[in-house]
Amino acid sequence: MPAMRCRQVVDKISEYLDGELDPELVQELERHLEHCEDCRIVVDTTHKTVEIFYRTEPAALPEDVRERLNQMFTERFHK
Amino acid sequence: MPSHLDNEQSMVAAAQAGDSDAFVALLNQYSRRIYRLGLSITGNRQDAEDVLQEASLKAYSAIADFRGDSRFYTWLVSIAVNEALGKLRKRALWKESSLDQPRENDEGSYIPLEIESWGEDPEKACLTHELQQILAEVIQKLDPKSRTIFTLRDVEKFSIEETAKLLGLTIPVVKTRLFRARLKLRDELTRYFGKDARNAMPTSRR
Repeated sequence: MPAMRCRQVVDKISEYLDGELDPELVQELERHLEHCEDCRIVVDTTHKTVEIFYRTEPAALPEDVRERLNQMFTERFHK
Repeated sequence: MPSHLDNEQSMVAAAQAGDSDAFVALLNQYSRRIYRLGLSITGNRQDAEDVLQEASLKAYSAIADFRGDSRFYTWLVSIAVNEALGKLRKRALWKESSLDQPRENDEGSYIPLEIESWGEDPEKACLTHELQQILAEVIQKLDPKSRTIFTLRDVEKFSIEETAKLLGLTIPVVKTRLFRARLKLRDELTRYFGKDARNAMPTSRR
Protein backbone atom coordinates (compact mmCIF):
# COMPACT_ATOMS: atom_id res chain seq x y z
CA MET A 1 0.00 0.00 0.00
CA PRO A 2 1.51 3.37 -0.96
CA ALA A 3 2.40 5.62 1.96
CA MET A 4 -0.14 8.26 2.91
CA ARG A 5 0.64 11.70 1.56
CA CYS A 6 0.34 15.00 3.44
CA ARG A 7 -2.78 15.97 1.54
CA GLN A 8 -4.51 12.75 2.58
CA VAL A 9 -3.46 13.25 6.19
CA VAL A 10 -4.99 16.72 6.22
CA ASP A 11 -8.20 15.40 4.59
CA LYS A 12 -8.58 12.82 7.38
CA ILE A 13 -7.69 15.13 10.25
CA SER A 14 -11.25 15.79 11.47
CA GLU A 15 -12.23 12.12 11.54
CA TYR A 16 -8.91 11.27 13.17
CA LEU A 17 -9.49 13.77 15.97
CA ASP A 18 -13.06 12.54 16.44
CA GLY A 19 -11.83 8.92 16.69
CA GLU A 20 -13.94 7.99 13.67
CA LEU A 21 -11.17 6.76 11.41
CA ASP A 22 -10.72 3.05 10.64
CA PRO A 23 -7.91 1.53 12.75
CA GLU A 24 -5.93 0.69 9.60
CA LEU A 25 -6.03 4.30 8.45
CA VAL A 26 -5.11 5.50 11.95
CA GLN A 27 -1.98 3.34 11.80
CA GLU A 28 -1.08 4.66 8.37
CA LEU A 29 -1.68 8.24 9.42
CA GLU A 30 0.39 7.85 12.56
CA ARG A 31 3.21 6.28 10.57
CA HIS A 32 3.17 9.35 8.37
CA LEU A 33 3.22 11.65 11.40
CA GLU A 34 6.34 9.93 12.72
CA HIS A 35 8.41 11.30 9.89
CA CYS A 36 6.49 14.43 8.80
CA GLU A 37 6.90 17.39 11.11
CA ASP A 38 4.58 19.67 9.14
CA CYS A 39 1.68 17.25 9.45
CA ARG A 40 2.47 16.71 13.13
CA ILE A 41 2.18 20.46 13.65
CA VAL A 42 -1.11 20.70 11.76
CA VAL A 43 -2.64 17.77 13.67
CA ASP A 44 -1.41 19.08 17.02
CA THR A 45 -2.58 22.67 16.49
CA THR A 46 -5.95 21.54 15.11
CA HIS A 47 -6.41 19.46 18.24
CA LYS A 48 -5.45 22.47 20.38
CA THR A 49 -7.89 24.66 18.43
CA VAL A 50 -10.82 22.36 19.20
CA GLU A 51 -9.74 22.04 22.85
CA ILE A 52 -9.36 25.73 23.48
CA PHE A 53 -12.82 26.57 22.15
CA TYR A 54 -14.31 23.91 24.39
CA ARG A 55 -12.34 24.77 27.51
CA THR A 56 -12.62 28.53 27.50
CA GLU A 57 -15.51 29.64 29.67
CA PRO A 58 -17.96 32.09 28.09
CA ALA A 59 -17.60 35.72 29.13
CA ALA A 60 -20.02 36.98 31.76
CA LEU A 61 -23.34 38.19 30.43
CA PRO A 62 -23.05 41.94 29.78
CA GLU A 63 -24.67 43.78 32.69
CA ASP A 64 -27.22 45.63 30.51
CA VAL A 65 -28.25 42.38 28.81
CA ARG A 66 -28.76 40.73 32.20
CA GLU A 67 -30.80 43.68 33.44
CA ARG A 68 -33.10 43.63 30.41
CA LEU A 69 -33.56 39.85 30.76
CA ASN A 70 -34.53 40.20 34.41
CA GLN A 71 -36.79 43.12 33.54
CA MET A 72 -38.50 41.01 30.89
CA PHE A 73 -39.24 38.28 33.43
CA THR A 74 -40.36 40.72 36.10
CA GLU A 75 -42.88 42.22 33.67
CA ARG A 76 -44.00 38.80 32.56
CA PHE A 77 -44.52 37.42 36.04
CA HIS A 78 -46.33 40.45 37.44
CA LYS A 79 -48.84 40.91 34.69
CA MET B 1 -25.94 11.20 39.56
CA PRO B 2 -23.83 14.36 40.05
CA SER B 3 -25.43 16.55 42.70
CA HIS B 4 -25.82 19.58 40.39
CA LEU B 5 -27.98 17.46 38.08
CA ASP B 6 -30.01 16.18 40.99
CA ASN B 7 -30.48 19.78 42.04
CA GLU B 8 -31.35 20.68 38.46
CA GLN B 9 -34.05 18.02 38.34
CA SER B 10 -35.71 19.46 41.42
CA MET B 11 -35.48 22.97 39.97
CA VAL B 12 -37.05 21.76 36.72
CA ALA B 13 -39.81 20.03 38.70
CA ALA B 14 -40.45 23.24 40.68
CA ALA B 15 -40.49 25.32 37.46
CA GLN B 16 -42.93 22.86 35.91
CA ALA B 17 -45.15 23.22 38.95
CA GLY B 18 -45.30 26.96 38.26
CA ASP B 19 -42.45 28.29 40.43
CA SER B 20 -41.17 31.16 38.29
CA ASP B 21 -38.21 31.84 40.61
CA ALA B 22 -37.02 28.28 40.05
CA PHE B 23 -37.24 28.83 36.31
CA VAL B 24 -35.24 32.08 36.47
CA ALA B 25 -32.64 30.39 38.68
CA LEU B 26 -32.32 27.56 36.16
CA LEU B 27 -32.03 29.99 33.29
CA ASN B 28 -29.46 32.13 35.06
CA GLN B 29 -27.13 29.15 35.22
CA TYR B 30 -27.03 29.02 31.45
CA SER B 31 -27.80 32.52 30.23
CA ARG B 32 -24.21 33.45 29.40
CA ARG B 33 -23.72 30.23 27.47
CA ILE B 34 -26.92 30.84 25.51
CA TYR B 35 -25.84 34.44 24.83
CA ARG B 36 -22.43 33.23 23.58
CA LEU B 37 -24.17 30.66 21.39
CA GLY B 38 -26.41 33.37 19.91
CA LEU B 39 -23.46 35.68 19.39
CA SER B 40 -21.36 32.98 17.73
CA ILE B 41 -24.16 32.03 15.35
CA THR B 42 -25.60 35.44 14.50
CA GLY B 43 -22.41 37.48 14.85
CA ASN B 44 -24.47 40.32 16.21
CA ARG B 45 -25.01 41.51 19.82
CA GLN B 46 -28.58 42.65 19.32
CA ASP B 47 -29.54 39.37 17.69
CA ALA B 48 -27.75 37.45 20.45
CA GLU B 49 -29.77 39.31 23.08
CA ASP B 50 -32.99 38.66 21.14
CA VAL B 51 -32.08 34.96 20.92
CA LEU B 52 -31.53 34.82 24.68
CA GLN B 53 -34.78 36.63 25.47
CA GLU B 54 -36.94 34.79 22.94
CA ALA B 55 -35.51 31.37 23.81
CA SER B 56 -36.03 32.10 27.51
CA LEU B 57 -39.67 33.05 26.99
CA LYS B 58 -40.32 30.03 24.78
CA ALA B 59 -38.68 27.73 27.31
CA TYR B 60 -40.77 29.27 30.07
CA SER B 61 -44.00 28.76 28.11
CA ALA B 62 -43.07 25.20 27.17
CA ILE B 63 -41.45 24.02 30.41
CA ALA B 64 -44.45 21.78 31.16
CA ASP B 65 -43.72 19.89 27.93
CA PHE B 66 -40.08 19.26 28.85
CA ARG B 67 -39.90 15.49 29.34
CA GLY B 68 -36.54 15.22 31.03
CA ASP B 69 -35.18 12.68 28.54
CA SER B 70 -32.41 15.16 27.75
CA ARG B 71 -30.71 17.68 30.03
CA PHE B 72 -32.51 20.97 30.53
CA TYR B 73 -29.55 22.76 28.94
CA THR B 74 -29.69 20.59 25.80
CA TRP B 75 -33.37 21.35 25.49
CA LEU B 76 -32.74 25.08 25.98
CA VAL B 77 -29.97 25.05 23.37
CA SER B 78 -32.24 23.44 20.79
CA ILE B 79 -34.77 26.25 21.33
CA ALA B 80 -32.04 28.90 21.12
CA VAL B 81 -30.56 27.39 17.96
CA ASN B 82 -33.95 27.62 16.26
CA GLU B 83 -34.25 31.26 17.26
CA ALA B 84 -30.73 31.99 16.00
CA LEU B 85 -31.36 30.22 12.69
CA GLY B 86 -34.51 32.31 12.32
CA LYS B 87 -32.35 35.44 12.57
CA LEU B 88 -29.92 34.13 9.96
CA ARG B 89 -32.74 33.18 7.60
CA LYS B 90 -34.34 36.58 7.99
CA ARG B 91 -31.05 38.17 6.99
CA ALA B 92 -30.66 35.62 4.15
CA LEU B 93 -27.47 34.31 5.73
CA TRP B 94 -28.54 30.67 5.87
CA LYS B 95 -28.49 29.43 2.33
CA GLU B 96 -27.32 26.63 0.09
CA SER B 97 -23.87 27.01 -1.32
CA SER B 98 -21.38 24.93 -3.26
CA LEU B 99 -19.94 23.84 0.12
CA ASP B 100 -23.14 21.83 0.63
CA GLN B 101 -22.66 19.75 -2.50
CA PRO B 102 -20.37 16.85 -1.66
CA ARG B 103 -17.96 16.24 -4.51
CA GLU B 104 -16.34 12.93 -5.31
CA ASN B 105 -12.64 12.52 -4.56
CA ASP B 106 -12.62 15.81 -2.80
CA GLU B 107 -13.18 15.10 0.86
CA GLY B 108 -12.64 18.43 2.42
CA SER B 109 -9.85 20.04 0.49
CA TYR B 110 -8.40 22.63 2.73
CA ILE B 111 -4.76 23.54 2.39
CA PRO B 112 -3.37 24.70 5.75
CA LEU B 113 -1.78 28.10 5.34
CA GLU B 114 0.05 28.44 8.63
CA ILE B 115 2.50 25.66 9.44
CA GLU B 116 3.94 26.71 12.72
CA SER B 117 3.76 25.09 16.13
CA TRP B 118 2.23 27.12 18.93
CA GLY B 119 4.51 28.69 21.45
CA GLU B 120 3.41 29.03 25.01
CA ASP B 121 0.06 27.51 25.93
CA PRO B 122 -2.53 30.20 24.96
CA GLU B 123 -4.27 29.79 28.32
CA LYS B 124 -1.04 30.79 30.01
CA ALA B 125 -0.02 33.38 27.43
CA CYS B 126 -3.12 35.50 27.79
CA LEU B 127 -5.76 36.45 30.30
CA THR B 128 -9.13 34.72 30.13
CA HIS B 129 -10.95 37.78 28.80
CA GLU B 130 -8.29 38.21 26.11
CA LEU B 131 -8.74 34.62 25.06
CA GLN B 132 -12.53 35.02 25.04
CA GLN B 133 -12.13 38.06 22.81
CA ILE B 134 -9.77 36.29 20.37
CA LEU B 135 -12.05 33.25 20.08
CA ALA B 136 -15.12 35.44 19.54
CA GLU B 137 -13.25 37.34 16.81
CA VAL B 138 -11.85 34.40 14.90
CA ILE B 139 -15.09 32.43 14.84
CA GLN B 140 -16.66 35.35 12.97
CA LYS B 141 -14.21 34.70 10.11
CA LEU B 142 -16.27 31.61 9.26
CA ASP B 143 -19.46 31.83 7.21
CA PRO B 144 -22.67 31.62 9.31
CA LYS B 145 -23.47 28.00 8.51
CA SER B 146 -19.95 26.77 9.24
CA ARG B 147 -19.67 28.67 12.50
CA THR B 148 -23.06 27.33 13.61
CA ILE B 149 -21.89 23.78 12.92
CA PHE B 150 -18.56 24.36 14.67
CA THR B 151 -20.30 25.93 17.67
CA LEU B 152 -22.72 23.04 18.12
CA ARG B 153 -20.16 20.30 17.57
CA ASP B 154 -16.99 21.65 19.15
CA VAL B 155 -18.18 24.21 21.69
CA GLU B 156 -21.45 22.63 22.83
CA LYS B 157 -20.22 19.07 22.12
CA PHE B 158 -23.26 17.79 20.30
CA SER B 159 -22.52 14.71 18.18
CA ILE B 160 -22.29 15.03 14.38
CA GLU B 161 -25.69 13.32 14.13
CA GLU B 162 -27.32 15.63 16.69
CA THR B 163 -25.79 18.68 15.00
CA ALA B 164 -27.11 17.56 11.61
CA LYS B 165 -30.57 16.95 13.08
CA LEU B 166 -30.73 20.28 14.91
CA LEU B 167 -29.77 22.16 11.76
CA GLY B 168 -31.71 20.09 9.23
CA LEU B 169 -28.52 19.26 7.33
CA THR B 170 -27.09 15.99 6.09
CA ILE B 171 -24.24 14.31 7.95
CA PRO B 172 -21.79 14.68 5.00
CA VAL B 173 -22.49 18.42 4.85
CA VAL B 174 -21.89 18.76 8.59
CA LYS B 175 -18.65 16.76 8.38
CA THR B 176 -17.25 18.65 5.41
CA ARG B 177 -18.02 22.05 6.87
CA LEU B 178 -16.75 21.06 10.31
CA PHE B 179 -13.47 19.88 8.79
CA ARG B 180 -12.93 23.19 6.98
CA ALA B 181 -14.05 25.24 9.96
CA ARG B 182 -11.56 23.54 12.25
CA LEU B 183 -8.68 24.05 9.83
CA LYS B 184 -9.60 27.63 9.10
CA LEU B 185 -9.82 28.43 12.82
CA ARG B 186 -6.49 26.67 13.33
CA ASP B 187 -4.95 28.97 10.71
CA GLU B 188 -6.48 32.02 12.38
CA LEU B 189 -5.38 31.02 15.88
CA THR B 190 -1.87 30.20 14.66
CA ARG B 191 -1.61 33.86 13.67
CA TYR B 192 -2.04 34.65 17.35
CA PHE B 193 -0.41 31.72 19.07
CA GLY B 194 2.23 30.49 16.62
CA LYS B 195 5.82 30.81 17.79
CA ASP B 196 6.42 33.71 15.41
CA ALA B 197 2.90 35.09 15.66
CA ARG B 198 2.25 38.19 13.60
CA ASN B 199 -0.95 39.26 15.34
CA ALA B 200 -0.48 41.16 18.53
CA MET B 201 -2.50 40.07 21.54
CA PRO B 202 -5.39 42.44 22.31
CA THR B 203 -3.39 43.77 25.21
CA SER B 204 0.06 42.56 24.58
CA ARG B 205 1.67 40.45 27.27
CA ARG B 206 4.21 38.93 24.94
